[in-house]
Amino acid sequence: MAENEPMVEVFIYETRQFLEQLEQVALASEDNGSFQPEDVNEIFRAMHTIKGSAAMMLYDEISHLAHAVEDIFFYIRELHPEKIDVSAVTDIVLTAVDFMNGEMDKLDHGVQPDASSEELQKSTHEFLRNFKLENGHDPDVDLRKAKKAARKAAEPAEPAKQQYFIQAVKPEEVKTESGSNHVYKAVLRFDPEGGMVEVRAFGVINRLKDQAGELHYQPEKIIEDETAADAIIKDGFKLWFTTGLGAEEVRKLLEETMCLTGLELTELSSVAECEYWPTPKQKAVQTIEESSPIVPVRPEAKPRPVPMKQAGHDGHESQMISVRVDKLDRLMELVGEMVIAESMVTQNPDIRGLELSNFDKAARQLHKINGELQDRVMALRMVPLEATFKKMNRIVRDMTKKLGKQAKLVLVGEDTEVDKNVMEHIGDPLMHIIRNSIDHGIEMPEVRKEAGKPEQGTVVLSAQNAGGEVVIRIEDDGGGMNRDRIMKKAREKGLLTKPEEEYTDQEVYSFIFAPGFSTKEQVTEFSGRGVGMDVVVSNIKALGGNITVDSNPGKGSVTIIRIPLTLAIVEGMCIKVGGFGYTIPISSICRSFRPEEGEIFLDVSGQEMFMEEGSPCPIVRLHKLYDIGNAREQLTEGILLVTEADDRYLGIFADELVGVQQIVVKPVPGYIQAMTKMTGITGCTILGDGSISLIIAPGKLMGLLVE
Amino acid sequence: MDEELLQEEDTQKDKYLTFTLGEELYGIDIRVVIEIIGILPITKVPEVPDYVRGIINLRGKIIPVIDMRLRFGREFRPYTDRTCVIVIEVKEVLLGLIIDGVSEVLSIPEGQTVAPPDLKSASNRYIRSIGKLPDTKVVLLLDWEKLFDVEEEKMLSGMNEERGSENGAV
Repeated sequence: MAENEPMVEVFIYETRQFLEQLEQVALASEDNGSFQPEDVNEIFRAMHTIKGSAAMMLYDEISHLAHAVEDIFFYIRELHPEKIDVSAVTDIVLTAVDFMNGEMDKLDHGVQPDASSEELQKSTHEFLRNFKLENGHDPDVDLRKAKKAARKAAEPAEPAKQQYFIQAVKPEEVKTESGSNHVYKAVLRFDPEGGMVEVRAFGVINRLKDQAGELHYQPEKIIEDETAADAIIKDGFKLWFTTGLGAEEVRKLLEETMCLTGLELTELSSVAECEYWPTPKQKAVQTIEESSPIVPVRPEAKPRPVPMKQAGHDGHESQMISVRVDKLDRLMELVGEMVIAESMVTQNPDIRGLELSNFDKAARQLHKINGELQDRVMALRMVPLEATFKKMNRIVRDMTKKLGKQAKLVLVGEDTEVDKNVMEHIGDPLMHIIRNSIDHGIEMPEVRKEAGKPEQGTVVLSAQNAGGEVVIRIEDDGGGMNRDRIMKKAREKGLLTKPEEEYTDQEVYSFIFAPGFSTKEQVTEFSGRGVGMDVVVSNIKALGGNITVDSNPGKGSVTIIRIPLTLAIVEGMCIKVGGFGYTIPISSICRSFRPEEGEIFLDVSGQEMFMEEGSPCPIVRLHKLYDIGNAREQLTEGILLVTEADDRYLGIFADELVGVQQIVVKPVPGYIQAMTKMTGITGCTILGDGSISLIIAPGKLMGLLVE
Repeated sequence: MDEELLQEEDTQKDKYLTFTLGEELYGIDIRVVIEIIGILPITKVPEVPDYVRGIINLRGKIIPVIDMRLRFGREFRPYTDRTCVIVIEVKEVLLGLIIDGVSEVLSIPEGQTVAPPDLKSASNRYIRSIGKLPDTKVVLLLDWEKLFDVEEEKMLSGMNEERGSENGAV
């Protein structure tokens, strides 16, 4: 990702949050069939803020589009039109959101957001016009101006409370007292043809505030106040400020402003001569009120009804900080290295066998703290699935609308937390599966009615924690999968590897994960191209997870994704085979024992087996599998680890157990991965003594045996 | 900044780290060399051709190591104190090359190199050119990019497997 300036990054971050919020509110409103006053306010406020900050960053296309959408909600809020096409309005909001999201993506990649939103603006204006006409309002009255005028008349000369100025966070620390000895008054005039005068004025202030001790200006609310631009054009933009700079420097600074047509700069002898100079007390009050200039509080917005779920904005800012993920990654890495370093110290060969009770006590303490530190750092990286889940609402809406189906998405357990990395890679697979569910699963309303099902289909997206993994289920109540069709397709594609009648239902359904597989004859806009499901599988596999699918003809299908909670640190049992160390994740080990003579038997094919919980369980000898010399050959001299994966047991034979250790999973170098199948090996780790241990996944070993 | 980089490139141009494999002198472009280390404990990895000795832990980084003698189809020679690992980095991939010993850094201008003879031997693919030194010695200059080419690796590994792999633990 390209590095952006901090300012741009903040802009992207905030705008994205607003866009997400906008989408949610719009979708919820559409579901309700009406726009509640608080929703209207929320959308209005979000669009307004985007407009302001986009204008400040000079992204005019975004700003203008936001303005156009804002106008619609301004109209709804002020005149409460009776005839309102919620779905059409939602469409407008969503298209605008999409456009802006696209532009944010460009910014993310360091490209200037240059797409034109003119078409969108035009259609939005058009819509508002028709909307007003439908409700019997004059489309050509500028509501804002009318309202402002009315209000001005009603309450003349509002007190200084509405003054606005930008101030660095700590008002006490301003350089006023120290270096600011000149007092100036400046009147700037802009070329109205240049447009966006309020933004130019804002730019001036931004430039000045670093140099100036104290800075006041009129009109006070440049960006928020719609009439500010007119006032600036009419009377000029007036500034009063103190600064250490000489008159010439100030002049130079101000003249850098674009579209400047006139500049009057006068030096005053003291602040007393300023026509407008709020007292420090007023200043303090304002500073508190206006401490976050990006999220302005509109004076006309009615008091917010109990804070809505938008923590992180408005007032809560001090409780939240946003951190770059790579910083967290680095922290995580360091903690991992410390865990290793800790074992390097406590398991140091120099102290092996010594009686060191004080040392041991201290080491235990260290271990405890390290463990806690590790948990905390992991928790930092955990994010709820909620945001990703909610994005699916949009998919369902768009799909059903285009396909003429009816379906609702039910979210369960969306507060389940997963590692940030997992979160980033789960979105696309989920989207694909949900698209498939709606496109292939849910039937048309008529068909559903005939089958005695409610016309509206349901897709349940649920998440839950189970052991060290997160289980995500996507369940639909559609038509289910057609076993015969899948089988036929699999035959055509040459995917069958054994006689047809030997395939279980589950195996048949799993064919849909094969590359290029699609039974749908008709390719739709959303799915059916047969690309996707195999991508889904590889995405999930990349996360160390697995995916299964099951279906009940006529009743629906369910896709189950299991992914590990975190990819970074696991507990592992270190074992030795012929002098080489291997590690097996503790979570998959049931027990370990030294087999007795006679406990082991051979099956017909010569596979060694033993009985585990009443059923035969195959044994894998690691030294044979990995071709290691000097290993113990006699089962009765080594140790058998009973592991479980996918509800099946597997015995793994090793020379000896070394002990349990926290391991940081590192990928096997790509160079080697590309060369081999990496039989049963999922990664590697560095042990306390600095040696490398390969991590064995029993599930994968099992796969070898079964095939 | 750019100029600095250019200059650095310039000072490294035509410079080769030379090392020995048996009697031959090989050279590798100094720009890809990260460091030279003594032999470290190697962890074997299953299913790889025998010239891939395994992986080593270099200060927390896990790096695959290749025995260049085996890579070029020579006899395996047990590692000694003189055995070195040249760590190279190409396209952000780290790789360790086990060689008999490093000798020196030489400057071999392009004018003093000739193309390798066009023979069908597989090992020859990895020689980009041959440098001539004043004292009638020659240096075989490695084409390090090919060392990373996995397709090449696969082709070669097929050949090696036929030969059968020896599995002496180190």
